[in-house]
Amino acid sequence: MAELELKDIHKSFGGFEVIKGVSLEVRSGEFMVFVGPSGCGKSTLLRLIAGLEDITSGTLSFDGQVVNSLTPSKRGIAMVFQSYALYPHMTVYDNMAFGMQLAKAGKDQIRQRVEKAAELLQITPYLKRLPKQLSGGQRQRVAIGRAIVRDPKVFLFDEPLSNLDAALRVATRLEIAKLHHSMNNVTMIYVTHDQVEAMTLADRICVLRDGLVEQVGTPKELYENPQSIFVAGFIGSPKMNFLNGQIGAQFGANTIGIRPEHILIGPGEGAWNGKVIHSEDLGSDSYVYVDIGVGDPVTVREDGSHKHQPDEAIAIRPMPGHLHRFDEAGKPMGRH
Amino acid sequence: MATETMGAIAAPAKPIKSELFLSRTRAAMIFLLPMIIALLVVAGWPLLRTIYFSFTDASMTNLAAAKFVGFHNYLSWTQLKSGKIFWSGVLADPAWWNAVWNTIRFAFVSVLLETIAGTVVALVLNAEFKGRGIVRAAILVPWAIPTIVSAKMWGWMLNDQFGIVNDLLLKLHIIDTKIAWTATPDTAMYAVLAVDIWKTTPFMALLILAGLQMIPKDIYEAAAIDGVHPVKVFFRVTLPLVRPALMVAVIFRLLDALRIFDLIYVLSTNSAATKTMSVISRENLIDFDKFAYGSAESTLLFIIIGVLTVLYIWLGRVNLEGDAR
Amino acid sequence: MAWAVTKRTAFYLLVIFIVVESVFPFYYAILTSFKSGTALFEVNYWPTMFSWDNYAAVFQNGSFPRNLLNSVIVATLTVALALLFAVTSSYALSRVRFRGRSLLLLTILSVSMFPQIAVLSGLFEVIRVFGLFNTLWGLIFSYTIFTLPFTVWVLTTFMRELPLEIEEAAIVDGATPWIIITRVFMPLMWPALVTTGLLAFIAAWNEFLFALTFTSSNATRTVPVAIALLSGASQFEIPWGTIMAASVIVTVPLVVLVLIFQRKIISGLTAGGVKG
Repeated sequence: MAELELKDIHKSFGGFEVIKGVSLEVRSGEFMVFVGPSGCGKSTLLRLIAGLEDITSGTLSFDGQVVNSLTPSKRGIAMVFQSYALYPHMTVYDNMAFGMQLAKAGKDQIRQRVEKAAELLQITPYLKRLPKQLSGGQRQRVAIGRAIVRDPKVFLFDEPLSNLDAALRVATRLEIAKLHHSMNNVTMIYVTHDQVEAMTLADRICVLRDGLVEQVGTPKELYENPQSIFVAGFIGSPKMNFLNGQIGAQFGANTIGIRPEHILIGPGEGAWNGKVIHSEDLGSDSYVYVDIGVGDPVTVREDGSHKHQPDEAIAIRPMPGHLHRFDEAGKPMGRH
Repeated sequence: MATETMGAIAAPAKPIKSELFLSRTRAAMIFLLPMIIALLVVAGWPLLRTIYFSFTDASMTNLAAAKFVGFHNYLSWTQLKSGKIFWSGVLADPAWWNAVWNTIRFAFVSVLLETIAGTVVALVLNAEFKGRGIVRAAILVPWAIPTIVSAKMWGWMLNDQFGIVNDLLLKLHIIDTKIAWTATPDTAMYAVLAVDIWKTTPFMALLILAGLQMIPKDIYEAAAIDGVHPVKVFFRVTLPLVRPALMVAVIFRLLDALRIFDLIYVLSTNSAATKTMSVISRENLIDFDKFAYGSAESTLLFIIIGVLTVLYIWLGRVNLEGDAR
Repeated sequence: MAWAVTKRTAFYLLVIFIVVESVFPFYYAILTSFKSGTALFEVNYWPTMFSWDNYAAVFQNGSFPRNLLNSVIVATLTVALALLFAVTSSYALSRVRFRGRSLLLLTILSVSMFPQIAVLSGLFEVIRVFGLFNTLWGLIFSYTIFTLPFTVWVLTTFMRELPLEIEEAAIVDGATPWIIITRVFMPLMWPALVTTGLLAFIAAWNEFLFALTFTSSNATRTVPVAIALLSGASQFEIPWGTIMAASVIVTVPLVVLVLIFQRKIISGLTAGGVKG
């Protein structure tokens, strides 16, 4: 395990600045997730930590030691790539052993570590196979196994689940969470664009946008206290509803935000009247899209199975205490 | 997504340069050095020497005693006692200009016909039909045969006394007497062209085929649904889309055709009607021991090809970097 | 309906024409090589006799077997050397970003465009100075002028296509560029190496100008020169039968090789051409 510190990191490719000043602390043993829209720089940041790209300015330290100039293999990191990046011509065993072979470790030591990792990931029966003989999910586990064998201080994951189908993604997500616990909480940094993965796996999340940190905090903190409209809209699915203008002014703010799961259906004090545009019944929950006459349609979540007809009149009201208020700069003004 | 590039950018002074970047660049330099040295020794230096020799009076038997004579080999004049000016040098040599004309004539006609024939063959190969594999294998045969052997094979077929070509043409009443194809000045060029086209069309066909295969099939399907006539499809759809590959192939071949030597030397030795610049240069260099003179001719050929190559790379904006790496 | 049939027939006629026209000269050479004596002076479209006389004459010639061997040695060594230099160079040119890379690629491309004659006099001097005249090493040395740029160019194109992430995984594993080339890339590149090697081999085998100019005795000559110089006692006694037999001997292995490696060769040719 290791503690990382990023101090005012900048990264430019030619004249184009991708990371515009990121400062961040990753605590020893925590599962940190970098999340953000495409092009926000999360992958670049990960690669800077790995050492696959040079840092243009700023310092990166592991346990207090500046590592800017160290090659990746000397930083004590291991990386799981999005496309697994297994060596196609080597067996699973050789794929996992390669790093140690290059470091001239003893054959027995190598075998021990590889077999232990294989057991942990349940890939022992595949050790003699080639990557092309494995399924996507199995290859993924081999990639993770290869990283484990390196016995790293920091584990780096670059969108490892995006190439898997939905069901496999959920199962592997669970595996990764279990892995973190079983490896004595080694420090893990995980990049994804999927906020569900972020919310379910992270100890802390770092939301990035346009090369800058929007907010860092636990999933709960980001969910309950987003520090900007961007974070408020990015975290939580379905997306938070935003209303401004008249309704915003009603609450003394430029924009108000309310999550679909914090809206009640039915008349009452402060209710908005509107009509149903569309309704979705997922069996466990239902979502209703309501036009209240101003702004975009409001998404409302209902427990259980309901069906509303289009053009049905409906009244909705926000749950007290869950309405977020934002000023013109998008900064939070406290909840209502 | 890990699509960003590896290695460093030429940016101004960075505070800390990583070991990775430094070691990779260092390795790259070491890796390139042997090749660069080899090319300098085998190509760079000899080229400079050839140009040097062209400005001297060098002779094969005594290269070391070469003396500088300026542009004498290229163009010079002497005034005869009668007052007449007598020009000499490569640029005043009718044999040289004849060679230039032969070369240009050969290059343009062969490339033109090879392109047309190559396109036809490529179109055939692009179609799906039984026996396509046989055709593809068949066209590789001319390409695989060494040029010298092709020259001899065709020399035999074009033989005036016993050649099968004369025999066939006589039987078909296309000609009424046997023709000495490679010996007669009028027909020698045709003979050379025939062999070159036979030998090189496969190469053109393969390059054009690669270009054709990059055209998505749905475009043709859409045209078929729209009821467009196949000939129109070819000129309005296929041709424009295959043009880049076509241009690469054409210019590549053109540059190649301008330096042709082997075929002409073996098939129609000593025929003034087919001597190209390479042939005449070597003749002067080695056979006549007009070493400096031949070097001048070689240099001129190099300049011509050099200028065209630069034009090709500049105008064609050859994509050297491929995808961003 | 009739039009469709006519189109089909015309198409297949064209196909037959292409096949016949491509293969006929070679077929005719084989046919001729099996004729002997006065049969050579008749024109036959179909095989009439089957005599090994010409082939025997070729091998009794004295130096022809030697010439074959020379060609094999020269072509093989030239290709081996070129590949050796090219493999490391193409890694540098395709996977490492450095200033002047495009210029270098451009220069290498232009060297392959040199007319051989332009370096002939210069090379002549160099070869004499190194004492390589009329030796196989003189040929191997001079052949690098076209085998090296070609192999570098084609291998660079192939290496560019290898996935970035595999290289990065190797870097994370602690691999140096040399390890990456030898243990990660080479195993993946061997089809490209075979193709490039084959194409370079054919080019070296075929070479005529340098072989003609830098050798002076039958013992060192290569096959193209040997065939070109095959002559009888006088101008009117050109030994066509023998020449055809020699041609067939030299060509059959090449044709067989090319047919076996068809696909690879085609992809190699187009990689250098279309993508370049």
